[in-house]
Amino acid sequence: MELLIALVIGVMTTAGVYLTLRARTFPVVLGLTLLAYAVNVFLFTMGRLTIGQPAVIDAAAAGYGDPLPQALVLTAIVIAFGMTAFLIVLALKARGELGNDHVDGLHLAPDEVPYEKPEQIKPSQQTQVTETTMNSQSNQEVKP
Amino acid sequence: MMQLTAWPVLLPLVGGFLVLFARFGGLRLQRSLNLLIVLGLIFLSIEMVKVSMTGVHQVYLSGNWIAPFGIVFVLDKLSAMMVLITSILALGSLWYAIATKIDEKGSHFHVLFQLQLFGLNGAFMTGDLFNLFVFFEVMLLASYGLLLHGSGRLRTKAGLHYVVINMIGATLFLFAVGALYGAVGTLNIADMAAKIAVAPPENQGLIAAAGLLLLIVFGVKAAMFPLYLWLPAAYANTSAPVAALFAIMTKVGIYSIVRAHGTIFGETAGDLAFFWTPWVLGLGLLTLALAALGVMAARGLREQVAYLVLASVATLLVGVGLNSPEALGATFYYLIHSTLVAGGMFLLADVIARGRGPMNDKFTSAPIMPNAVLVGSMFMFGAVAMTGMPPLSGFFGKVLILGAALDHAWLFTIYGVVLVAGLMTIVAMARSGSLLFYRTQPCNELPGEPVNKSAFVAVVGLLAASPLLVIFGNPVSNFTELVALQQFDSISYIEAVLTTPAIERVKP
Repeated sequence: MELLIALVIGVMTTAGVYLTLRARTFPVVLGLTLLAYAVNVFLFTMGRLTIGQPAVIDAAAAGYGDPLPQALVLTAIVIAFGMTAFLIVLALKARGELGNDHVDGLHLAPDEVPYEKPEQIKPSQQTQVTETTMNSQSNQEVKP
Repeated sequence: MMQLTAWPVLLPLVGGFLVLFARFGGLRLQRSLNLLIVLGLIFLSIEMVKVSMTGVHQVYLSGNWIAPFGIVFVLDKLSAMMVLITSILALGSLWYAIATKIDEKGSHFHVLFQLQLFGLNGAFMTGDLFNLFVFFEVMLLASYGLLLHGSGRLRTKAGLHYVVINMIGATLFLFAVGALYGAVGTLNIADMAAKIAVAPPENQGLIAAAGLLLLIVFGVKAAMFPLYLWLPAAYANTSAPVAALFAIMTKVGIYSIVRAHGTIFGETAGDLAFFWTPWVLGLGLLTLALAALGVMAARGLREQVAYLVLASVATLLVGVGLNSPEALGATFYYLIHSTLVAGGMFLLADVIARGRGPMNDKFTSAPIMPNAVLVGSMFMFGAVAMTGMPPLSGFFGKVLILGAALDHAWLFTIYGVVLVAGLMTIVAMARSGSLLFYRTQPCNELPGEPVNKSAFVAVVGLLAASPLLVIFGNPVSNFTELVALQQFDSISYIEAVLTTPAIERVKP
């Protein structure tokens, strides 16, 4: 049973990491969900895998199953659930506002203006600028 | 006095609900209620600092369950100091949001603000690792809402990255906590520290791996070297009061490293004692070098201030990594300074962006802004404080940290990186200051809006922390050194948490 659980956690984490590294928001959401599943099973096994043991210490029983990881998993599930719901809504909002579902909003939306470099000057002005700089340089040369 | 420990967590939680229902009374009621609660938090935290000065850990057992079984809240000098800084910063940020009417741009700003404070204060007060995770999530969920407040395309894009990286961080946190629980069988920070001291040697590797995984998680929050890429975009694109409040968010990461690693892997941890400090120091130095490059390369003032926040966090990481009580004391002094001044700078960047009209905060030539002399001198003041030049508090903070590094093995690397990074930020700020205020274009009509006087009060108030930290430098640095000494004395923390008895019920 240990091997099976370990494999399940491993496969889910691998798939989760792979999907999280994808460039579109929907695989990323799925990847995060898979990661959350993996961590939930992982937390559960941290109380050790036992079968047929009482949860609360019983004088007659030989051992007991750890009840705490289940409480932790429950909390983790609720939080992951809420976060995922938020992320999906945010991804939809990003899809609407950025015009595509790329995580970096790679392509510009129809009405988006790309960032302009501060030194972009029209060709006609540019010649003037070079002339003035030339003048200033020549002035400097004259000075000494 | 035990109840005082629970109050800073309860007040914003109850406050959040009250503010939510105050919605029916209109925005004015929400605003005044929120201001009132934040003011209450400031008085409460001053009282907490006073109580913590007795040097006794005040432990609150929630549900009256004794320490390793129930969740504990611990009030000591460190947590009291963090809550105090948070409340002061929150007041400045909230005042600015109300004065500029930014809170009107979306619903539930005030509710999210209170829940943000709830998460922050909870993270500072809790003594339980899993509870720390829960408060992190509360804090993050509120911060997602605040980050996106007011909307805008770039904000959504930065918000998406911020949410995804923090969700990955949350997953890693659970892996780390789960592994630690599996290895030592407890979640209470104090109990964990006690159990690690007697852990069997074959578990040491697992515990160390979980500890480093936990460091990654806190590194995401603190924006430590490979994990800082989300910060500049998120901070530069959100609204000013939120960015100002977020100045404390990175410090939560620093606090968690100091609290969790400093206690669990502190002097009691045997072979694992302080095994994490070289990592923090090395990554802190790397972060500092890259942050300085970012400050130089920034294309707008808000982006530049975000990189300055990153540089200050990196300096704090270096201070933590030096691992001595003097260095930690200096780090806390720098933490107070950098949090409040960074908050003020984000607000000031917004004032400047508004004053420049369509050019916003981009580093390009624009028509002169209204009240340029007032805003410009404030900018110079903030830049001097932020880059760590004398006579303001950034300088003294850095001197204290560098002074504590004198007998460290990495002396030359530390001095080299910190001083060169400092020089680069000074050059960059001088350049941006002259671009924003001197290279102006003539025009007949000023495009920007004039300075909002009542909003400017918040900027001045937060930046005033810097001269105050210099004037009261001696008592403040004495206090931060006491904080550091108490933090290094993890044995008394463990004892205080584990020996606090449950309150006897009065029998009817």
